[in-house]
Amino acid sequence: MPYPSDFKYTKEHEWIKAEGGIATLGITNYAQESLGDIVFVELPKPGAEVTKGKTFGSIESVKAVSDLYAPASGTVSEVNGELSTAPEKINKDAHSAWMIKIKLKDPGELSSLLSAADYEKFVAEEGSH
Amino acid sequence: MLATEASLRKTALNPVHRRMGAKMVEFNGWEMPVEYPRSGGIIAEHMAVRTGVGLFDVSHMGDIRVSGSQALGAVQHISMNDASRLAVGQAQYSALLYPQGTFVDDVIVHRIGEDDYLLVINAGTREKDFNWVRQNSGGFGCKVENLSDDYTQIAIQGPEAVKLLQSLTDVDLSHLKFYWFTRGDVCGTRNVLIARTGYTGEDGFEIYIPSDEATSAEVWEALLAAGKEFGCLACGLGARNTLRLEAKLALYDHEISDTINVWEAGLDRFCKMERPDFIGRAALEKAKAEGLKRTLVGLEMVERGIARDGYKVRDENGREIGYVTSGSPSPFLKRNIALAYVPPEFREVGSTVNVEIRGQGVKAQVVPTPFYKRAKN
Repeated sequence: MPYPSDFKYTKEHEWIKAEGGIATLGITNYAQESLGDIVFVELPKPGAEVTKGKTFGSIESVKAVSDLYAPASGTVSEVNGELSTAPEKINKDAHSAWMIKIKLKDPGELSSLLSAADYEKFVAEEGSH
Repeated sequence: MLATEASLRKTALNPVHRRMGAKMVEFNGWEMPVEYPRSGGIIAEHMAVRTGVGLFDVSHMGDIRVSGSQALGAVQHISMNDASRLAVGQAQYSALLYPQGTFVDDVIVHRIGEDDYLLVINAGTREKDFNWVRQNSGGFGCKVENLSDDYTQIAIQGPEAVKLLQSLTDVDLSHLKFYWFTRGDVCGTRNVLIARTGYTGEDGFEIYIPSDEATSAEVWEALLAAGKEFGCLACGLGARNTLRLEAKLALYDHEISDTINVWEAGLDRFCKMERPDFIGRAALEKAKAEGLKRTLVGLEMVERGIARDGYKVRDENGREIGYVTSGSPSPFLKRNIALAYVPPEFREVGSTVNVEIRGQGVKAQVVPTPFYKRAKN
């Protein structure tokens, strides 16, 4: 599956897309494949602060719990309510199943994130272990 | 100490699992498939077993043979059920106990001959169990052999398991009752031990075939091919765990361990105290007189959240009262379930507790177990 070129990526397998001062984020296809069937997502409420590099929630497969790490800092403006009843949407299309939208504190934080090409390379190396 | 990939043990079917694209994980020193993405993953595999049939490689489990004129005496000394009730061809669920009445391991005892018993034990306890059995059988005229590496063990589980296996064996499976076993031809392999046992709560079989890679792969592939019409899927340890949890079957180091006794684990019916003696009996008698301090209960999450192994259980006032032994989403029931040790005063169905999930108390209630019981056919 190609990684959208208008997204930025992290080594924790999150994607983020900024439009103006608002960024939408989720986890990548590689992440959902590794997790397997997703059964539970814990997300912050609108108004909550998220900090780049810190956890903002968790995602659970049948077997395990994983932390979600914020690719950038900001305030949560919207939460995808579908994921509380249908978390499997992330498995079906991880790049469409957005988790939260945030009002970015510093859009400049995105410049240090990985491009689609860099992320693909990173994932190819991970998969070879 | 980290087990590197190179030092992990592999079953004879390992190349087959890899070819099938299975996600491999470490389990008790073994490299095993946790799920097969091409099968659809854990939930699809779980549902295949509940509605059709699933195949499991369980060769990592161990096999100890106790044979000789005093084999029964040895088995009776080290295990808590009554093996003297076994006919040749019959098996029973039992356990090896420490003198304190706690668990060395749970085991299925098969009487394979007049004075010949096969103990099937857990993967992680192979060496420990073998040494324990050998040491404690010393006073009896019998031979103790570790046959763990001799067998590839395949579990065929689900309502369609009998139809699937019947298509590949000359044995009349309709005469093979639950917890009985026999020998026969399977896929051209002769003298295969076929037991109507399993760890899923469904009807099914465990077959023991020679552990060379070629035979193992041949039988596995034949089962998968013949199983297509029954919706057969290869299933990994992930589904194995969710299935046994729904059926309230114990897992070593979770519901049973060397610090948990038979009464706490609720395995009374497999412990024959009317027998005069076995290792652990005296301690169990004392424990019975003293009364239960904790007991295993089934929990169902009431509020949103998944209780998992090791999570603390608290009462409604936040006081810590116990812990979760095993917890997971239940693919069949579509609820989040768990087994937990709590004080006896919380054992009543409907009792409310809180499971601590990432620092928050999440409400759960005590429910009857097993969570799932298959319909009698």
